[in-house]
Amino acid sequence: MTAVVDVGRVAPGRHTILRRTLRSRTGVIGAALVGLVVLAALASLLGVLPHDAVTQVPAQRLRGPSGEHWFGTDQFGRDVFARAAGGAASSLLVAVVAVAIATAVGTAAGVVAGFFGGWSSRVVLGVTNVLFAFPPLLLALALASAFDRTWLTVAAAIATVYTPIFVRVARGPVLALREAEFVQAATVLGFSPLRTLARHVLPNIAPILIVQVTLSLSWAVLTEASLSFLGLGTPPPAPSLGAMVLEARVLVNVAWWSMAAPGVVIVALVVGLNLLGDGLRDALDPRGGGNS
Amino acid sequence: MILRGTLGHPLVRRLLEALFTLAGVAVLVFVMLRAIPGDQITATLGTEAAALTPAQRAALETYYGLDQPLVVQFWTWLGSVLTGNLGASERSGRSVLEMTANSLPITLELAVLSLVVGLVLGVGAAMLSASRPDSARDAAGQAVALAGLSVPAFLLGSALLAVAARFLGYNPNAEQFAPLVADPALNLQQMLMPALVLGFGLAAPIMRTARSALLETRTLDFVRTARGKGVPPRRLQVRHVLRGALVPILTMTGLQFGYLLGGAVVVEQIFSVPGIGRQVLIGIQQKEYAVVQSTVLVIAVTFVLVNLATDLLYRVVDPRVRAT
Repeated sequence: MTAVVDVGRVAPGRHTILRRTLRSRTGVIGAALVGLVVLAALASLLGVLPHDAVTQVPAQRLRGPSGEHWFGTDQFGRDVFARAAGGAASSLLVAVVAVAIATAVGTAAGVVAGFFGGWSSRVVLGVTNVLFAFPPLLLALALASAFDRTWLTVAAAIATVYTPIFVRVARGPVLALREAEFVQAATVLGFSPLRTLARHVLPNIAPILIVQVTLSLSWAVLTEASLSFLGLGTPPPAPSLGAMVLEARVLVNVAWWSMAAPGVVIVALVVGLNLLGDGLRDALDPRGGGNS
Repeated sequence: MILRGTLGHPLVRRLLEALFTLAGVAVLVFVMLRAIPGDQITATLGTEAAALTPAQRAALETYYGLDQPLVVQFWTWLGSVLTGNLGASERSGRSVLEMTANSLPITLELAVLSLVVGLVLGVGAAMLSASRPDSARDAAGQAVALAGLSVPAFLLGSALLAVAARFLGYNPNAEQFAPLVADPALNLQQMLMPALVLGFGLAAPIMRTARSALLETRTLDFVRTARGKGVPPRRLQVRHVLRGALVPILTMTGLQFGYLLGGAVVVEQIFSVPGIGRQVLIGIQQKEYAVVQSTVLVIAVTFVLVNLATDLLYRVVDPRVRAT
């Protein structure tokens, strides 16, 4: 599998990236898995699933998977598929918001630190080092426990953990770009730093950021699920994948599907995001080709 | 001039950086302590705090130093932390220092065992993959790495425990936790499943790094020379290729220590291992904020020191780093 290499372009255009990603096997499988989970989550949000996530039907408790209940029912007779889909929706909501905050704040700080250097760089790197000094899950846990728990504070806690990664990812290439001739030319021509950053620097780090966003989404989903497993994630009554696995620990001997269903959804989503990230990285690799 | 020269030395700079980071960690932990809804008084008295008269409340605030400016409170807190006073659990009356002295070694034992699992699994899968790139073998190795990245510890742990208890009737973790010195046989059995779960997650980044390092080392001249002079393939893989790829593999392993400390919270909870991760979690559940903050501080400091030690070790192991 050899992809066409665009010689002389720093970053391939958006359409090229999409085409190349979809040409690689990993990229397609990844996109399909993520698409499936997102579809189920959307269906749950729009309320178009045959069952909802909260209605209890005691007569139908602990039924195995069937045509009626695709993933079976739980100890209250609730539809496990609907709960898993709802859990995926809340996991995705937290993950997307967290990564959006981390991307915006981290990239801005990283670009400023890299482009302007000096004290701004020292402050940003100092804060980054401090945040990196905490094991990620522990920092998220400590932050989430320090504030009143809503889905937004959980997202903010996760965002804080992943912001330093975006600082590092953005700062490195900006350091190199600052010295590039076309950036120096823009400065010499008298463009404001803001315009230079927006027109010449950001577009060139965008591809790296896209890959990072995809991979960070997979970590954020895992972190959110781990937090809710520990009882510190999205608060009830919203269904949550981590909390479903926690509840299933006492049920699993009589109802294996109660643990398998949220497990399959988490793993499918995270595997999908990882494969999509790998596919994007291969597509964006200026060396082209390499799709293993 | 001498001072300037000393400060410029990479080793000194690295130490100063670690010191600054530790200071920042202390500030952040202190701020988190203050951000908690309610204060020390509410945390101690719970709902009874509402019944306090203003005068009683003021007296308590003076007692806890809450009437002082934040900066003063910070210095007081830092001073007591530095002298080993990490606060105490309101519920059990035990000092956090004593609790940590019991729990930290358990987590470190778990971390070491997980590292062994992660290295064996990760490097093993990488050697399998790298021995024939783009083959079915390679795909199998890469699938292991992807699974390690994607299956969360809480899911793998819960499933493993359920399967072992149900089908094998094996659950050493149901018994009272046995310290390593008291009952090594039971202790290692109780550590087995937690270490497998944590090590499996660790294997993924190790495998990916090791695979590319092995593939790169294979193309180097000294490997070709060794092959040319007739070193048998198996010996070539281990003595030459693996040895040459060791530095990036060990770096990646060192970087994962934070993952181990964080993952320990989840795994210790599932398998009822009384390590430092569980200490944090129980503190959070029982709203013992002094315990939570001090333990988080201890973990972060441990993490910074381990990273520093890894960096310093490098200078011993790799002559190229020492030269800079």
